[in-house]
Amino acid sequence: MTQSVMVQVGQCGNQIGCRFWDLALREHAAINQKGIYDEALSSFFRNVDTRTDGDGIDIYKGKICSLKARALLIDMEEGVVNEILQGPLRDVFDSKQLITDVSGSGNNWAVGHKLYGCQYQENIVEKLRRTAEHCDCLQCFFVIHSMGGGTGSGLGTFVLNVLEDEFPEVYRFVTSVYPSGEDDVVTSPYNSVLAMKELNEHADCVLPIENESLFNIVSKIHQMTNSGKLGSTVKQNSLITSSAGGIRTDQAKPFDAMNNIVANLLLNLTSSARFEGSLNMDLNEISMNLVPFPQLHYLVSSLTPLYTLADVNIPSRRLDQMFSDAFSKDHQLIQADPKHSLYLACALLVRGNVQVSDLRRNIERLKPSLQFVSWNQEGWKTGLCSVPPVGHSHSLLALANNTCVKPTFMELKDRFMKLYKKKAHLHHYLHVDGMEQSCFSEAVSSLTDLIEEYNQLDVSKGRPRTDPPRLKIAI
Amino acid sequence: MSIVTVQLGQCGNQIGHEVFNAICSDFHSTHGLCSKKENESYQEACKERFFSEEKTGVPVARAVLVDMEPKVISQTVSMAARSGCWKYDHQSHFCQKQGSGNNWANGYSVHGPRHKDAIMNLVQKEAEKCDRLSGFFTVMSMAGGTGSGMGAFVTQCLRDAFPASFILNQVVWPYGTGEVIVQNYNSVLTLSHLYQSSDALLVHENDAIHKICAQLMNIKQISFRDVNRVIAHQLGSVFQPTHTSESAVRYSRNPLGDLMDSLVPHPEFKMLGLRNIPQMSENSLAYSTFTWPGLIKHLRQMLIAHAKMEEGINWQVRPPLPGLPVSQKCSPSRAPHFNTSVANLAILRGKDVQSVDVGGFRDAALYTSWLNPQDAFNVWKTPRAFNKYEKSAALVSNSQFLLKPLDDIVGKAWNMFASKAYVHQYTKFGIEEEDFLDCFTALEQVLSSYASL
Repeated sequence: MTQSVMVQVGQCGNQIGCRFWDLALREHAAINQKGIYDEALSSFFRNVDTRTDGDGIDIYKGKICSLKARALLIDMEEGVVNEILQGPLRDVFDSKQLITDVSGSGNNWAVGHKLYGCQYQENIVEKLRRTAEHCDCLQCFFVIHSMGGGTGSGLGTFVLNVLEDEFPEVYRFVTSVYPSGEDDVVTSPYNSVLAMKELNEHADCVLPIENESLFNIVSKIHQMTNSGKLGSTVKQNSLITSSAGGIRTDQAKPFDAMNNIVANLLLNLTSSARFEGSLNMDLNEISMNLVPFPQLHYLVSSLTPLYTLADVNIPSRRLDQMFSDAFSKDHQLIQADPKHSLYLACALLVRGNVQVSDLRRNIERLKPSLQFVSWNQEGWKTGLCSVPPVGHSHSLLALANNTCVKPTFMELKDRFMKLYKKKAHLHHYLHVDGMEQSCFSEAVSSLTDLIEEYNQLDVSKGRPRTDPPRLKIAI
Repeated sequence: MSIVTVQLGQCGNQIGHEVFNAICSDFHSTHGLCSKKENESYQEACKERFFSEEKTGVPVARAVLVDMEPKVISQTVSMAARSGCWKYDHQSHFCQKQGSGNNWANGYSVHGPRHKDAIMNLVQKEAEKCDRLSGFFTVMSMAGGTGSGMGAFVTQCLRDAFPASFILNQVVWPYGTGEVIVQNYNSVLTLSHLYQSSDALLVHENDAIHKICAQLMNIKQISFRDVNRVIAHQLGSVFQPTHTSESAVRYSRNPLGDLMDSLVPHPEFKMLGLRNIPQMSENSLAYSTFTWPGLIKHLRQMLIAHAKMEEGINWQVRPPLPGLPVSQKCSPSRAPHFNTSVANLAILRGKDVQSVDVGGFRDAALYTSWLNPQDAFNVWKTPRAFNKYEKSAALVSNSQFLLKPLDDIVGKAWNMFASKAYVHQYTKFGIEEEDFLDCFTALEQVLSSYASL
């Protein structure tokens, strides 16, 4: 069994991370009835005897003593991390897993990346190494951050670079929250585009998330549960926005519901690697199957169902509805419509009581309405995990490598160019040591190249398919 | 003589487990329908073939389990132990922490060489437990990374270490519509490599088995376990002891050798397919009766009309009349209407098996011209019924029936290769574009050979 390490950077990254750990504990508590430290738990948690000094000795078998998250919490201001450490999850984190400072990055990518990056590099490397040493077989780093700010965006991508240099064989999955059009941070386009270049070059897979989509999902659920029609029959802990059953008993924070969705995304992504199933899908398989060309590693994700009704009998029609929903634009975690764009590849990870025939029936049903690139007409990767998420009997995570991300990137570039043409706020960045105008031009050129690659693929969309001639054998 | 089974990857281990289950339950079957002496003789041969004795009395499967991640093996071993009927040797398995990631190159070039010694040691130990080793039976899928890549590597190692033993690879072909996106690449790489070191490839296609589950067994929500059980039943019906043509008294002592003799006269033709009738759910079994002439007739038509199960057989297809010019040599992409065989082997089990007339299979029109029909067809029999089927017939054939499926796979892989998609994932681990081209060439050669039968 392999281990994964979470690296949460900045305010957004840490808030999402906090939700992730809460829900992860909830999930394992529901499954692990006997309190034995098993392989599934070890993928995210260490089992530590805290009575001893220092790091605590890892206990590999037997009863759970004290669980410590395999995580690194990084923030250049203390507010968020302190809150976590004073909250109910404090025992899950080791004080040696934190890197904090006081003044923050001022929503400035250059400060995060160049200034703090340089300053904290050694510290970061040392803490990463220590976390890695506690792992028997480290498979993946999950980086969680936002793109629009300074720390998550700048320092987060700096850490990504460090991960590639220090641990080249370990996969880097990045969950990035992209700023919306009405973002209140004026410089968010600069920060995002500068960060994009790093993601293009150093990440294995990126899962872009947009707050607007998360917000829409939260509203939709709110509407459904409060409309009175379904209110009483929805299982509270099944809502993908809910923290019910987790450790937090105090007032939920405003972004909690939205962050829970992302936390659930990560849990579902790793479920087949942690739990058994008839067709396992590990993290390295996701990267292998969904990334046909190294640059094109942006995956659009969708989670269904959003909630489960409390009635026990779930007829087959509901199961099919789950599959249909996964492709509807309301369930995607970015503002995009994959159904009307071109698919390069698609992965379906099913959890719970679903069999291969259900999966096949739905793929057959949905295939005609989706357009796949000519060289990957049957580009489906499937996984079946027997353990469902908390509160559900089954669930589906769909990951699509689809050209529908292009509009998101194009808008980002437009917003960037609006500021850049006027050289607005540029001096804040150029003041920072190591930051030059060329950083900007290189970043925007990297983004332009990426958009162009998607363009090329889109152009091939409507064309009639011509298969290349096969090799001829002389008899 | 004994067979050592090597289970590779998730698919290989899941199927291998069901195979031993099927064999064990047939072993204990009380519906043998034959004399006590016959039954005992059968059981003895079965035990020698597949199990070794242990002090506790519970038979231990002659198997080596290999996977690059631990979940499936631990599940498989514990399920077997819980059955109480048989179990795996608790030391005969090898696993690592991290899987091959559906990457053939990872399985073949990285995991294979790295763990070669450890795995071959386990194989050697199992081989030494056998009084006489007939050969190896490997179970794998060709879509993933471990079963396919590592499986190809292990087969090569087996060939090098045991040059005199027979190697039969059971290969599972994935569903046409994606289980794994790079399945066609992995398949092309696997098949071309296996062709060099293996003696024969016995193929099962998930699509075909799925149909059997749906239409013949009437299973509503088909799971991989159902599919694996059907495959296991089919394999059991081939590998359980039988009398060969020579001796109608003693059970065959060299199952793999006899199989190769009967079916693989030429190294260019190694692809074997399997059909087994009747196949139905246990509930229906009680209400059905069969006659040998009926079974033989169906089986023959299934062979010549490319049918994979006994429903939906195209009875219009007839063998070409002798004397007419053979217009069968068409391109692989248009499947020949009529399935020409290189060789066939019928395995008949159950009541009144001695009286069966298999003349229909000796018709020269079924076969390619360069073999004598007397040599091209063999039949093995046993009066001992298999797994509750009063009469059952299996046909292992070396014929054109895999031509179209193989052509489809090579076509899709070639299409993807032309755009160079995913190739960087393979070059990362040492499989270069030239290696791909060599593999494509090798398989086009195989396709061409089968098409020209």
